[in-house]
Amino acid sequence: MAEKIRVVVAKVGLDGHDRGAKVIARALRDAGMEVIYTGLHQTPEQVVETAIQEDADAIGVSILSGAHMTLLPRIIDLLKENDAEDILVFCGGTIPKDDIPVLKEKGVREVFTPGTPTSKAVEFLRRAVPVGT
Amino acid sequence: METRKKTARERWEEAYKAKPEREAEFSTMSGVPVKPLYTPEDLGPDFDYEEKLGYPGEYPYTRGVYPNMYRGRLFTMRQFAGYGTARETNRRFRYLLDHGQTGLSVAFDMPTLMGKDSDDPMSLGEVGREGVAIDSLEDFEELFEGIPMDQVSTSMTINAPAMVLLAMYVATAEKQGVPPEALRGTNQNDILKEYQAQKEWIYPPEPSMRIFKDMLVYCTEHMPKWNTVSISGYHIREAGSTAAQELAFTLANGFAYVEAGIEAGLDVDDFAPRFSFFFNSHIDFFEEIAKFRAARRIWANVMKEKYGAKDPRSMLMRFHTQTAGVSLTAQEPENNIARTAFEALAAILGGTQSLHTNSFDEALALPTEKAVRIALRTQQIAALETGVTNTIDPLGGSYFVEALTDELERQAYEYFDRIEEFGGVIPAIEAGYIQREIAEASYRYQRELEEKKRFMVGVNIYEPQEEAEIEILKIGMDVERRQVERVKSLRARRDNELVKQRLRELKKAATGEENLMYPIIDAVKAYATEQEICDALKEVFGEYRETPVF
Repeated sequence: MAEKIRVVVAKVGLDGHDRGAKVIARALRDAGMEVIYTGLHQTPEQVVETAIQEDADAIGVSILSGAHMTLLPRIIDLLKENDAEDILVFCGGTIPKDDIPVLKEKGVREVFTPGTPTSKAVEFLRRAVPVGT
Repeated sequence: METRKKTARERWEEAYKAKPEREAEFSTMSGVPVKPLYTPEDLGPDFDYEEKLGYPGEYPYTRGVYPNMYRGRLFTMRQFAGYGTARETNRRFRYLLDHGQTGLSVAFDMPTLMGKDSDDPMSLGEVGREGVAIDSLEDFEELFEGIPMDQVSTSMTINAPAMVLLAMYVATAEKQGVPPEALRGTNQNDILKEYQAQKEWIYPPEPSMRIFKDMLVYCTEHMPKWNTVSISGYHIREAGSTAAQELAFTLANGFAYVEAGIEAGLDVDDFAPRFSFFFNSHIDFFEEIAKFRAARRIWANVMKEKYGAKDPRSMLMRFHTQTAGVSLTAQEPENNIARTAFEALAAILGGTQSLHTNSFDEALALPTEKAVRIALRTQQIAALETGVTNTIDPLGGSYFVEALTDELERQAYEYFDRIEEFGGVIPAIEAGYIQREIAEASYRYQRELEEKKRFMVGVNIYEPQEEAEIEILKIGMDVERRQVERVKSLRARRDNELVKQRLRELKKAATGEENLMYPIIDAVKAYATEQEICDALKEVFGEYRETPVF
């Protein structure tokens, strides 16, 4: 049996908008992935710790508070510090277009903006995470 | 024998069935089936005009809360604003007042909403992003500089730390020489929907309800023109609920606050007239209008029959409306101007008392000044050009709208029964019931979009070939840096002994039964910060933790 893709869906900072996080968590689970949802108000440290403990393949961060330029690079740096760079980071939320290349340069693998079908995130993870082979 | 002559209805039914319907989902956004035609039959066999609709300004207020509605005074155009520091928001407020806005509405940043100071590690990256950063009375004074607080009405979207911000409002007004009795406005102060949808809590539900009661008692005694709570369906809807859920959960929360007031020893008619509501106006036009009408009827009915209200003002539901943020798209953002205009029209036809129209760029960032101006102009066009404000409840008597109003009302009562089975709103929250209902509806809607049962133009149909180039508002990191320095410098300048003493007094009050509003006003005046006050209470009340459901 093929191994399941393991994804941590995370809400960082004080942002309480969890509709998107819950929808994506559920869609990934329905697509056969193993999903760990952190719940709200996590620090970047907590998210990285969860991802390492859960042996996750990916971290999906949902941010609608405008704090993405601060919090996402922090997660990437912490992964590096913990030798866990193999865990890929993607994000979704209200991310202005100009910020996307900057985030990608800092190591965020994919950025999903409002209106993206959940199937796009599923396809992205299936492509980006080699499992079961 | 001669065959019976067909009735007009039968003739129409046959003619209708003779042609195929187009391929589409004929139901409201919330899933209420919609028939091709509504007729007097849909009003029901014992439709009684006076009992179900009545006259505007009269029980059960289905047609509106005032006898003259918009022919007397238009709805208040109230745009929610706030970003950066108090100084920047103060400038935006003055801009809006200069452009004909008639009330202020303060958006606070995430740290302020969560009871955190700007220099707390959890505030990193969020200071001044989604609203204005307020740490202490010093910031608040700057926010209202040059704005006569006895003349404006102010709405403050603040919940878990509402008491602290209200204390700042009272203290700032006092410095302007304005007593609390003269202050007009609203604080959202709706903590129950935080646990259900908006998720900006601090303390567990029980102590939060004690804070609510203390504020209610204070306002009832000292702030007769202040709306003590704005019971909000807006966030429930944005979190993904259906229209019926928004209606039901909001009203159930409203009833819980009524019960809290009664438990605090107040007479229902002493405080219920100052309760106000806040709804979402989503994109399904008729369903929204029906929701507003049903809301008024249910509130009037339950207040009278269950809670024994005698003052008509306790029964009439006044509400603010905001167009649906979630209906906006990042794709071809200018299309959002049209969406917002339809939603605004539904709110007006639904009889709202005040309105916020979203700006077209809000799926991307906080709005630019230009986008805000277009949003405000949309309301002005609706109010002054379209003619919809010329008559009261123009859709009253529409067979379709009345049938939909009845249906939403029926679904709301069904939810009340289910919540009752849990033992009330708080146990239903603790069991995760309400949160799960919302999450289910939200997921169902997402699936329907992906299966193209429902459409969002530019998102899952008529997708644009090119990405839009629009100017968006950027908030630099210097806001955070300046605000962090400001709160640090305040802590060095103020009388720290006095702050400590005031916080000690506050904790003592929290362990007892004294009304917390007074020690909080004292602490605020000593320039204790918002977080210091909230943390002091947290030591006594504890902190809420959610078990997430998805």
